[in-house]
Parts: sequence; C-alpha cells; structure tokens
Amino acid sequence: MVLPPDKPGTRQITQSLEGNTGTFLQLGTGTILDKRYQVQDVIGIGGMGSVYRARDLHFPNVIKLVAVKEMINQAPDPVVRQTIVQNFEREANILVTLNHPSIPKIYDFFTQDEKSYLVEEFINGRDLEAILKASPDPIREDQVILWAIELCDVLEFLHTHKPEPIIFRDIKPSNIMINQQNHVILVDFGIAKIFKTGQKGTMIGTEGYSPPEQYRGEATLQTDIYALGATMHHLLTHRDPRLEAPFSFADRPIHQINQAVSEDLEKIVNTALQYNPADRFASATDMKMALFTLAKRTGALPRAAAAGMAIGQQDVKPLWTFECEDEIRGTPTVDGGMIYVGSYDNNIYTLDATKGNFLWKFATKGGIVTKPQVAGGTLYFGSEDNKMYAIQAKTGKAMWDYATSGPIRCSPRIAEGHVFVGSDDGNLYAINQTTYQKSWAIKTEGPVRSTPYLTNDLIYFGSEANELICSDYRGTVKWRYYTKRSVTSSPIEADGIVYFASQDANFYALDAKSGWVIWRFRMGKGSISSPSMQENQLFFGSADNYLYCVDKSSSREFWRFKCDHQVSGSPLVHKDAVYCGTANGSFYCIDSKNGRQRWKFVTGGPITGAAVANNDVIYLGSTDHKIYAFIA
Amino acid sequence: MKNFFTKIFKKKAPIEEIKKVPSAPLIQTTPLSDDQLKTVSYEVVQMNPPQFLIGCGQSVGIQRDHNEDTLFYLSSILADGVSDIPFGLCVIADGMGGHKNGEIASGVAARTSARTLITKVFAHLLEINPDPMEESLQETIEKTVNDVQKTVIRYAPGGGTTLTLALLMGEQVTIAHVGDSRAYFIYPDGRIQRLTKDHSLVQRMIDLEEITEAEAQNHPQRNVLLKAIGQTDLIRPDLTTHQIPRSGHLMLCSDGLWGVVSETEIYRIVSSEQDPAIACKNMIEIANQYGGPDNISIVLVKFLG
Repeated sequence: MVLPPDKPGTRQITQSLEGNTGTFLQLGTGTILDKRYQVQDVIGIGGMGSVYRARDLHFPNVIKLVAVKEMINQAPDPVVRQTIVQNFEREANILVTLNHPSIPKIYDFFTQDEKSYLVEEFINGRDLEAILKASPDPIREDQVILWAIELCDVLEFLHTHKPEPIIFRDIKPSNIMINQQNHVILVDFGIAKIFKTGQKGTMIGTEGYSPPEQYRGEATLQTDIYALGATMHHLLTHRDPRLEAPFSFADRPIHQINQAVSEDLEKIVNTALQYNPADRFASATDMKMALFTLAKRTGALPRAAAAGMAIGQQDVKPLWTFECEDEIRGTPTVDGGMIYVGSYDNNIYTLDATKGNFLWKFATKGGIVTKPQVAGGTLYFGSEDNKMYAIQAKTGKAMWDYATSGPIRCSPRIAEGHVFVGSDDGNLYAINQTTYQKSWAIKTEGPVRSTPYLTNDLIYFGSEANELICSDYRGTVKWRYYTKRSVTSSPIEADGIVYFASQDANFYALDAKSGWVIWRFRMGKGSISSPSMQENQLFFGSADNYLYCVDKSSSREFWRFKCDHQVSGSPLVHKDAVYCGTANGSFYCIDSKNGRQRWKFVTGGPITGAAVANNDVIYLGSTDHKIYAFIA
Repeated sequence: MKNFFTKIFKKKAPIEEIKKVPSAPLIQTTPLSDDQLKTVSYEVVQMNPPQFLIGCGQSVGIQRDHNEDTLFYLSSILADGVSDIPFGLCVIADGMGGHKNGEIASGVAARTSARTLITKVFAHLLEINPDPMEESLQETIEKTVNDVQKTVIRYAPGGGTTLTLALLMGEQVTIAHVGDSRAYFIYPDGRIQRLTKDHSLVQRMIDLEEITEAEAQNHPQRNVLLKAIGQTDLIRPDLTTHQIPRSGHLMLCSDGLWGVVSETEIYRIVSSEQDPAIACKNMIEIANQYGGPDNISIVLVKFLG
C-alpha cells in the first residue's frame, strides 16, 4: 500500500507497527495513580487498556479495594479518538447516577499521562464466562433461575429509569459478575457505538447474544430480554452462541442438549428468544414474574428426572440371528447373497444372506477378528494363527495361505494382483496372488492392525508404533506421520486428504501427498474407530462414548451423539442413517443429518466390529456370539 | 521385479480425471456428439513441476474518493524432482469504519496475516532439516487470524475489515474467511463454485428463509456484516481445505466486484484471457462501467495442471 503524503495519521500507525509497543505496557504493581490509587494486580484486559485491582490510599487504616479501568486512546484519527473518550465518559456518567445492588458504584474519574481512568467498586468474584469455562457441565437449572431473576430485577430498574429508560444493549456472560455472596453484578456500561444505516460493518452488542433488530440499529427493552434469554441458553446448554450462526437458538433446543432442564424453564427462555420482538416478554417485570412462578412451584430445586426422550429400546426386532460358538469381534462381509464372518471359535462362517441359514465353515487354528475380503471368487482373511488364508468363496475349499510371524488382526485389501495385509509381527505384506509369495514388506516398530487403504498409486496404513505410513506400490515409504499414541483406526482418503483417528485422542486430516497436517479434531479420549464418509460428512466413534460427525474440509462439528459406552467399530453410513455399536452391547441407528437417535437395539455383549449393509439389510456381529440382521 | 511393478502400477491419470466430476442426480442423457464434446472438453496440460500464475487488480471505483481495500499475494515454487511444492498466499482485506481506521485496518490485517504465515509456513518449507509442524495448518491459520484481530484492535481501534485468505500448498488450498469478501473456484467448463459464505445480515436472513437471494441484492441492510476483524470480540474464521483443481482458477475478491458483476460475466472474462492480471484489469473495467459503487480488489490464480 502506497500512502499519500497528506495522511500523517496513517504514517504514524505504519511506524508504530515496527515494534514500538512500549505505550501498551501495563502499569506495574505499586504504581500510584492520581496520588491515591495503588495498583495491586491486573484483573482484566480489554481492547482499550487494562483493568486493575488497586488500593485506595485515602483509607490508610483499612484496606479498601477498588477496580481501576484504564483507557489508552491510541486512535490516530482525532474524530475516533474523541468518540472513544465520549464513550468512556458516557459510561461514567450513566453509572454515577444509578443506585442498585446489581450495578457497581462509581467513585472517581480522572485523566493522567494521556490515559483516562474510571474508579469503580471492586467486585470480588468471577464473571459468568469464567464460571462457564471452569465448569465442564451446563449450569444447574435452579442456579440459572436465581441469577436470571436478579438480572430481570436490574433490567427492570434500568428500563424504568427516569427520565430516559436505559437499555444495556450488551447482556452476555462476560458482562455479568457473580460476587462472593452469589449475587449478580452487571458490569461494562461502555457500549455507545452509534449505528448509521448504509455504513458497512457497524455493529452493536455482541454477536451471538444480540437479537435481529439490533443489527438493524434498533434497540428496545426487548433487545435486553433477548440477550438475557441467549445468556440463559448458553448457561443451560454450555453451547457458546458466538460459535453458532446468529438467531439459531431454535435449531438447538435446550432439552436436546441438556435433558435436566424443565419444560417450563425452556419455555421461558424460548419466549425471550423469539425472532420478533413483539413475541417476547413485554417487559423485564413480566419475565421476572414468570421465573418467580416457576421457582415457587419447583422450590428452585433441580428436577429429578429428565423429560423422557427414551425411545422404546427393543422396538426393533432382528430379521434373524445366527449363533457361533464364540465371540464375533470383527466385521462381516456380504457378497453374492452370502455372508462371511469370522469368529473367535477359529472358524469363518458362511451364511445365506436372506435367511441366515448356515452354509459351511472353514477352520483355522486361531481366532478370526478381521473382516474377510472377496475378490475374483476368492475369500481372503487373516487369523490369529499368524496366517493369511485364501479359500474358494463359494465352497470354502482351501487354495493357499501365507504365514507371517505374528497373529493377523488386520483386514486384507486386494489390488494390482496382490494381497496387502498387516501382521502383529510389525510388517505390512504385499503377497503376490499368482506366486503366493511375498513381493515386499514394510517393517514398522509395532503391530499393523489398521487396514491398508489403497488408492491409484499410494497405500496408507497405521501402526501400533504411533505412526501413519504412506507407501507406493513398490514398497517405498513416501512419508510417515508420527502421532502420540497408536493408530489402529483404518485410514480413508478423499480429494487428496487422508483421514484417521489415533489413540492420542486426535482425529487427523493429512495432505495425502506430503503428510502435512491440514486439521486436527480433538476427542475426549483415544479412538480405534475407522472413519466413514458421506458427501462432506465424516463419521467416527471414540472411547469418550461419542459418535462424531464433522465437515471433512474444515473439521467443523455438525453434531455429536452420546452413546452409552465407547464406540470402537467403524460407523456404517447407509442412506440417511449412521449405525454404530458400543462396548455396552448397544447398537444405534442415528439420523445422519441431525444426529438424532432413530432406534437402539441391545445385544448380549460388547460390539467391537462394524455393521455392513446390503440390499437395505444391516448385518452386525457381537461378542454375544451372534450375528444379527436388521431392516435398514 | 522392480520393472515388473513399474509396468503394472503406471499412473492412471485419465481415470482420476473422470472421478473429479462432482456427482449430479442420475439423469440419463444422450451422449454428446464430437462437435459438442470439442466445446466442453479441455485438454489438460501437464506442467512439470505443477504451478500456477497469479495476477491481481485494484481500483478505488467510481463513487468512493479513497481506497480502503488491501490485497497481497506471493507465489513460489520449490522443485527438486522428488517433492515439488508449489506455494501461494493470497489475501484480500476490505476495510470499513467510515474514518481512516478502515483503510488502516485492512492494511494491518493483510500485512499481519501475510507476515505471520510467511514466517510460520513458508519459511518452514525452506528449512534444511525441518522439525514436523507442531500445529495443523488450519490451527496455524486460525491463530494467525486471532493475531490479526488483536493487531487491528490495537492499531486501528474502531476500524474493521474483512479478511479472506488462501494458502496454496502442494495440492491443497486452505481458505480462512471473515466478512463478505469472497473466494471462488472457476472451472473451465463454466461452473463457478463459491468457497466462502458471507458473514452478512442478508446471508443470514437468506439462510433463515426470511428473504430470497434476489431480495438480498437490493436489501437496505445488505452492507451490514455479522462478523468483521476488529469489530467482534471473538473471531472464529471459517476454515476449509479444498483440493486444487487440475485446471481452472481460484479468485478472491471484495464486494466491489461480486456485488456488481455477475458470475456469468466473471466466467466469460476469466476464461477468455490467458493472463490472470489482464483478466483482473478487464473485470475492474466492467465493474466501473456498471457504476463502480465501491472499492474493487481481485486476486486471480490460474492453475496450470
């Protein structure tokens, strides 16, 4: 940018960019302002300067603490500079005339060294934003009711102020302090931005908490009521409205996020949050009365039971079941009207897909925990007896096998005349389908249990030695990416990005060519669940009990669904539903668009594998020894 | 054995090309004749190393007396035959606020974001023995935008700015976006894909189905933003990563272009000009012919396969 010489203000800014930040230094402890206020500590930082806790030296025999708000006016433009001073003085002038227990007292106002200071009552407490941050859960209903009543009370006071009503215009958690006695104090009366139509970007209030009309430059009593509703919604759901689209509270009903909130309170919050101001409470007094009535009826005590969202647990009946002699830990495969599934009783079972009738089985010498793979009439699968087997898919006649030096817990993949399979001996093998010999192997420092993902020219797989490996079809490693824990999850690739979960509690998106991290998504715990994808949605489970659905290009969360236990298997996406099982034995069918449960079926043991779909029938194995078939 | 593998596993580029076509509802159509095919198919030139051309254009417009937009771009390539890494960084910032702080804000935003990403990402590519990046690319960019926000509040209090930036690296482009400047992919077959969503009141009203796209064009509040650097206390940019198309363009522009010139016209100008800088100049001329109500800034990236 070339600056015309007639803009000294602009020049000044360019110069100070070079590193002169000295003027922004905070006052040190012990600094005495106006020969009276001794700075003790910084208690807050705003856009215009810091807020300090200071001691008033006019009371030498007692410790009287005050809050000193600093305003450093660095705006180069004189008009802007003056507006900032006016805003600051406006806050002082409003506060000094008000007398209410929820409004801080103002003691003094002065200017020193080109900075202005406002001396206010020191509130020993925390603001609601800090309280929310410190709490992993939403705030209890009875507590929210009590605070909301006090907030309505102070709004009532401001709105009925004479001669002119005062509209606070910026109700939000960070402007609400809770003192040591658990009472509400409203802070920061500094909003004084004037909205001019046609001018771009002028904004009043705080995105997320402000009602639609505030964006049009209108502020009425209902503006504050909406923002109070938004604040209550945030407290009750622990979902920050600043991270969501504006005016989207209706898309996030409180009971869906926090079932402990009563229908009555939700109704009050929803009334406050109406899009149209006329549909909200007519006054803070009305809202306070509604809250009072509710508090009296409930004794402001938490309600015992949540509103029942429970959908009949065993409404869903399997089409058929088939029982093996031991646990089914892996995932079945459907091909040509037959179901192939491995069991911990060492056998591969073959069933008729429509009725679940037993056709034949093939015995190995170890448990089978992998998903069999069919290619060219041959069935491939690994066993804990260290071998990879190839048998005739129709008859179960043995064709060949390949022995590794460790149990095989990785599902094979077939391409380019080779079977690619990992082993607990730490290798990924490429076994030639015509010679039955190893063409190459890639050695890692830990078992390879993650199923390799094959693209046109590259292969991706994870290892228990905390890495994801990319190799070409000659067995040359192109890159390795190290995670902090093992990678058991099987990667998938789409549009040049590889996706997988790690036991280090991150879900990764890496550039497929280089291994650069494009984004990471943090889960509550580690995951061995392999992702599934549908259009732009990625689905994966985690040991933190959640099934996640995120945007594959941005990691933005569309929804998460809380299951009753950890989700180890890969979610199955079929049409508009996602299916997943948990270590508690529950099998869920969830709407893929909104993350709502459609039905749930409980099996007799943990579910560790994934379900598969074929002709609108869902097949699933469980450690209760059974394989189940459900209508999708 | 090695030769045998090379033979079997030769690249299958044509198949990949077909896959790239986005899925459309399954409708049976008659096959195109050879003549029709000629008009819609483009020969993909394989460049080695893969690279792109960047051009830009800027104009104060007709109705404003000074410019509040800032743009920046950097294009580079490092190729050694083993890993060829094209790198590009494009930034558009459209300042606002009425007083001088608008233009200061956009300048601070473009400088700070470019400087931070060049230090953190570009310099890292040139390291001799680079340590693996601690953060993901999207995390690095998000932190950069947060730094930009702090810097704008510090140096241009009261001012605000949009910020749309594209970081091209290897085969992916990551876009960070706040405000109502836009990023588009322009494909050779005439498709235009908008990669960003305006953080504007009218866009939100469209989402809520309160108004239609057509009503938005003349809505009195069409200039009101919901989010702008320096104006909101919590900035969370929209971040997305896309695969770079084999051929076609990436365009970043301020509302001085997209509010005035239609997508069809943009496509016509971009596709009829080989040099992206001249394409930008032509688009600005059209926007000014239509009245030039606002500052215009464009950065156009042409992909060369």
